[in-house]
Amino acid sequence: MVESILSPVSVDFVSIEETQTALTGAGYLAGGSTALVCYLAQRLGKPVLVEGPAGVGKTELAKALSRATGRSLIRLQCYEGLDEAKALYEWNYRKQLLRIQVEASDAGWQEVKDDIFGEEFLLARPLLTAISEERPVVLLIDEIDKTDQEFEAMLLEVLSDFQISIPELGVVQARSQPLVLLTSNNSRELTEALKRRCLYLWLDYPDVERELEIVHLHAPDLEESVARKLVEVVQMVRDLDLKKPPSIAESIDWARALLLLGAENVDEEVLRRTMSIIVKHRTDLDMVAERVGVKLTDGLIGSRPAG
Amino acid sequence: MTPASDGNTHRPTGMAPRLLELADELRREGMAVGTSELLDAFEALRAVSWADQAEFREAIAATLAKSQEDLRLLELVFDRFFFRAVEREAVGRGLKEGAKRKGVERMDLDELRDRIRDALRDGSDGELRDLARLAIAAFGRQGEGSGVIGVDVQRIRRTLALKGESRRAEPQDRESVPRERLRQFEGHVRRELERELIERTESLAPARPLRDLDRALPTGPAQDLAAVHRVVAGLRRRLATHGREHRGRSRSSVVDVRRTMRHSLQTGGVPLDLRYRPRRPRRPELYVLCDVSTSVTSASVFFLSVLHALHDSFRRLRSFVFVERISEVSDVFERERSFAAVSRAIAGDAGVADVSGYTDYGRVWLEFLDGVVDDLDHRSTVIVLGDARTNGREPHARVFSKVAARAGRTFWMNPEPRLYWNYGDSVMAAYEPYCTGVFECWTTKHLEAFVNALTAQR
Repeated sequence: MVESILSPVSVDFVSIEETQTALTGAGYLAGGSTALVCYLAQRLGKPVLVEGPAGVGKTELAKALSRATGRSLIRLQCYEGLDEAKALYEWNYRKQLLRIQVEASDAGWQEVKDDIFGEEFLLARPLLTAISEERPVVLLIDEIDKTDQEFEAMLLEVLSDFQISIPELGVVQARSQPLVLLTSNNSRELTEALKRRCLYLWLDYPDVERELEIVHLHAPDLEESVARKLVEVVQMVRDLDLKKPPSIAESIDWARALLLLGAENVDEEVLRRTMSIIVKHRTDLDMVAERVGVKLTDGLIGSRPAG
Repeated sequence: MTPASDGNTHRPTGMAPRLLELADELRREGMAVGTSELLDAFEALRAVSWADQAEFREAIAATLAKSQEDLRLLELVFDRFFFRAVEREAVGRGLKEGAKRKGVERMDLDELRDRIRDALRDGSDGELRDLARLAIAAFGRQGEGSGVIGVDVQRIRRTLALKGESRRAEPQDRESVPRERLRQFEGHVRRELERELIERTESLAPARPLRDLDRALPTGPAQDLAAVHRVVAGLRRRLATHGREHRGRSRSSVVDVRRTMRHSLQTGGVPLDLRYRPRRPRRPELYVLCDVSTSVTSASVFFLSVLHALHDSFRRLRSFVFVERISEVSDVFERERSFAAVSRAIAGDAGVADVSGYTDYGRVWLEFLDGVVDDLDHRSTVIVLGDARTNGREPHARVFSKVAARAGRTFWMNPEPRLYWNYGDSVMAAYEPYCTGVFECWTTKHLEAFVNALTAQR
């Protein structure tokens, strides 16, 4: 990655076009407003709240950003019950205890206290790590909607002021400003306070052409006609009312699988054999076989010319 | 339509008031735009070029909108707002779109139709706009203009015989055009008509708030079932996680004697610490009655999918559909997972007793009371989805009151705006006093209000 010696800042985008190019270079085809929002996030130093259905590349965007900017990625995976000790910092009790034992009884109370509540005894968790890095990082807070509201409230300080208050130690200021992405599947409404501090980006499934480009980027050897048909099938499957519609990653997987199998066409037979790559539910499998398989036989897919 | 029409692109002096006005308008439409968001928007606009309308718009969207709904609202308001802003300037300065279009006279309707159809398939936005003007001019010559813009748009569309592709139609159909593009074209026509009107009258009609219906649930039969389903899917998720945030935050007021005594052993049998019984989220036993008659056709698709979602979220749920008589369809919902199959089954063999096709609420209550009332108790919740239009038949409100008295709670969701209640054959007033709550339900917001009431703890 790019090494900069003097400035702690790694590659910064200077224009929207450059952001777009850099993201493409990192293997992420940014559509619509994605590049613009990323650019703004970096210019304004604001976190981005990314929402959208599962599997449209929300998490992948953070990874791509980290590759494109040469910043390292720190990830905080959220889940119900996540608390400060796992997200911010924790005191290293064992080490503190050891320290106290070594000091024995002759040291004064104040000295010991000052001593054991120092940075040496602090275990940094993702959020603290992210802001105390010398070089700016990309911080991904994944699936923020899985946590409870209390946790969101705690995030506010980090996200707007880039600082963390530790009662025993005081306020830890950020050494560098991370580029923050929060992703949400919208399983619950986030608080207004959090939303207000973020830029908003809605990601949706790409249209045929864009998805085709994505597939091309990741499986360049796949023949154009096969790829197009594959994408059309995937889009059709997404239109069905499935338990879990196929994600972009799954269409890429499918493309790679077809490449390995040396398939020259996506027909009913191929679909039936490889369907399990894009559809992951028993009932969904039946529905796809029934609805899409038939159309393949009739030659209804793939007959439409480009555009 | 460049936002800075007077050409000062360096400092946002001319722009700032415009943006504040936009924010005001958004607030009036119910979007929460705070000062901090506005500051962000200004900051963002400093970072992007204003010349590109798409970039300008996206920068505003990223900073002001905070949810998918906000995005949609912004899209609706944005165009209207900047269109008006530009027109106001034009009226103020007495500018006109001079020079009557030449060459239009020569083109006949068929040729125009073909050109528009081609442009709809693969033309640029600008091309569509030009064609929209041509269409208006051609249409004007026929002298059919009604003067009402909304009506004219539809007439023009009909004259041109443009129809959208049906959702799963085979692409071979030469006649139909992509829906999305058709909507764009209609937008252009509407805007051009408005522009002409403004030019004629040399004044701007006062801004109206977006009609609520523009934002209403996509319930029209022509609109997508999928869109309805997306709304409901969100609702289902929220139902699934509902109540979680309440747990632990507010303590219940019921003392758990056993646990208190147990805990008091630590303090030598003195109950210093009171233990409370944890609050359980309410999982009510639901009885849902859904009107599927023709007067609520558009809404009943939506209601059925609500019912479908509810079935996934509540274990004890019995559902009934009725037109003239009532029939239970709980097992249909349990058997069929996909919504399409459910509605097919209900329309077909679930035996909706439908002789005349006219709803008879009174009879429905009698039958409901007859068949189910023994199962009702104070824990059960009865939900009625219907417009309370009895077609002049006896409403039997007394019977309904009996049902309501047996059940713990009774809710009524009416797909009509409150304004229409009790007009014509609607007898909402007869039933309203017996309900725990009545709701108008024709937007997602209404639906959410209802869900909150339903899952609220007593």
